[in-house]
Amino acid sequence: MENSPEKTIIPIPAALLTAAGIAAVCGGCRAAPPGSAALCKVLDMRHLLATLAGKTVREVAKLRGGGSALPGLVAEKIDPGFLPRVLGNLPRGVVVISGTNGKTTTTKMVVELLQGQGLKVFTNRTGSNFTRGVVAAALGESNLAGRLDADIAVLELDEAHAVHFVKLVPPRYCLLLNVMRDQLDRFGEIETTAGFLRRIAEATTGSIVLNREDPRIAALATAARAGTEVKYFGLSAQLRPMFPSDDDLRSNAAVVGGPVPENHAVEREADVVLTTCEGSAAGFRLDGRQIEAELRLTGIYNVYNAAAALALARTVLGPDADEDALLQSLEAVTPAFGRGESLTVNGQPLDLVLVKNPAGFRLALRSFPAAGYRTMIAINDNYADGRDMSWLWDVDFDSLRETGVDEVSGVRANDMALRLFYDDVPVGRVDTDLDASLERFIAAAPGTPKRIYCTYTAMLALRRELGKLTNVEVIA
Amino acid sequence: MDTTNPQAGDAPVIDLLQLYPRDMNIYGDWGNVLTLRKRLQLRGFEVRLHEYNPGDEFPDQVDLIVGGGGQDSGQNKIQTDLLALGGRLKELAGDGVPMLVICGLYQLYGNFFKTHTGDIIKGIGLLNVDTVAGPSRLIGNTVVESSEFGTVIGYENHSGQTFLKEGVQPLGTVTKGEGNNGQDGTEGARYRNVVASYLHGSLLPKNPAVADFLIRGAVLRRYGSFEDTPLEIPYETEARLTAAARPR
Repeated sequence: MENSPEKTIIPIPAALLTAAGIAAVCGGCRAAPPGSAALCKVLDMRHLLATLAGKTVREVAKLRGGGSALPGLVAEKIDPGFLPRVLGNLPRGVVVISGTNGKTTTTKMVVELLQGQGLKVFTNRTGSNFTRGVVAAALGESNLAGRLDADIAVLELDEAHAVHFVKLVPPRYCLLLNVMRDQLDRFGEIETTAGFLRRIAEATTGSIVLNREDPRIAALATAARAGTEVKYFGLSAQLRPMFPSDDDLRSNAAVVGGPVPENHAVEREADVVLTTCEGSAAGFRLDGRQIEAELRLTGIYNVYNAAAALALARTVLGPDADEDALLQSLEAVTPAFGRGESLTVNGQPLDLVLVKNPAGFRLALRSFPAAGYRTMIAINDNYADGRDMSWLWDVDFDSLRETGVDEVSGVRANDMALRLFYDDVPVGRVDTDLDASLERFIAAAPGTPKRIYCTYTAMLALRRELGKLTNVEVIA
Repeated sequence: MDTTNPQAGDAPVIDLLQLYPRDMNIYGDWGNVLTLRKRLQLRGFEVRLHEYNPGDEFPDQVDLIVGGGGQDSGQNKIQTDLLALGGRLKELAGDGVPMLVICGLYQLYGNFFKTHTGDIIKGIGLLNVDTVAGPSRLIGNTVVESSEFGTVIGYENHSGQTFLKEGVQPLGTVTKGEGNNGQDGTEGARYRNVVASYLHGSLLPKNPAVADFLIRGAVLRRYGSFEDTPLEIPYETEARLTAAARPR
């Protein structure tokens, strides 16, 4: 989800330059004694200017179809205090959602659950989960005075950027989902990533909600400040084996001497437990009571995110929660773009499943049985996907052996095909040209539903192509 | 996944040991095991996989050893056990057992790793190499020219800088990327039938010459002869060419 606003060249309108100029002059007044009326005025002015300048760039960027984070950059540069001020006064505070997998889907669910309870929710829906993206989204939804009309902010944040963000805006709540090997070429080591999440937990003032089943996440309970409440969401013992923690990733099915002992989660009382998941039917245990839901989400990994979202929503709402309405909202939630969403192409279902790391890919393969589907895999290695292909070797592709993979595509199509060969999975066609692969894939076997596993930039490219054929919300 | 192959029972067996797979398997190290196993099976061998984790009993029969990279936490977990096992591993290496060690275990096969704070983490000294923590991580697609294996292609991601000492040859010379230390142009280390490298990607699937070198050594040592049947693996060459051409 990388945006490179620095590289985008956009002519800056004269009005904006003037605004920035005044802001620079205002910066010189900082020597005024703290608390003085003069300083307040300067800060107000600065906030106003940052809002105005950011909004202007936002409009220009929109006209040019440019990146979503540039306006944020401009506002941030003029007024580094923009974000704390615009988010600092929300009556219900700020929620930060982070972790390796499931951020986007979970954030979408939390937003819809809270909206279902009548709350006005601000969120960073543009898919830019860096601080500047949040500023950009805030600019879009604030009035000219730079105020947000919202009760609460629910923000999806990339792990590394979240650390920067929580320094500016300490969240009232955080929801930490999991930590899996991903983007090691960016972060170096998984313990580094876990360290980022710890900083989020440490900065949280009200409640932290943790995944009980991920040992590195559950361990973050010790990071809670005095007075900050810790809550968990979890899985029933029955479902737990479906979710390997990062330490269980390596295949050990074929090893002499049997499997390695499971890395059992410490038994902690969870506020929400996912107990069953059969197709679209899911069972949750809330406070020891069992409830059943018929979801529009499929795939156990999406459904487990629903447990996370429920736990967070219940924490935010407290005893005021209207449980029937919560359940109703939950049943209405549809997957976020590319996260197991179902499109209709030529009258046939086409599922797009984003895969970006071994745990996510494994879980996706377990969540969506291959039988009855034709399968395509598209692997790119652009910066946002991660350049290192090693991760493909940490995924088991056995479940595709029966049906095979009809099209293998993307920049690294040959790496993927080689990987499938080593798992004895038959491969139809290998082609690095995404558009050509997609065209063949859609045209072939018109009566059969189809599924595409794709990395992030491959998904964006595929959605652009699919947008020509069907109604697809194009994110770019 | 099945440990047996169709010839199981009467096929010659190769015992392949994964060293510390629980704690030292950072990125794609399973790919190396998979490649060795497949290439052995295609040549009619039955492959018995063994896992060795701290505290396990080391098997009597070991023909081939594969070890991977680890996080700092993983390295701490295996440290004591590895030092205790060092003598045995040196003996096996001296006896010509082929071994592939990547990244973290490459470092710990050496004399020491000196951390940023100046602490010395002792290695087993199987390879005469020293590693010191570097100022930044060396990350990206890497291409190496090797006199033994031709062009070797992989992906490096390490902060340790390794320097080769007497008696150890490099795996090759980097033509793209940083290699052992970003200074002397070397990548990896070679000693008897031991291949050490910073490259994953995974290394062996895209570098069959290295995989077959390890296999040949293992089979020769156990059975005295090796019929070097060339294997045609689809997409292998194309995957190599793509990887070599991608940006750092």
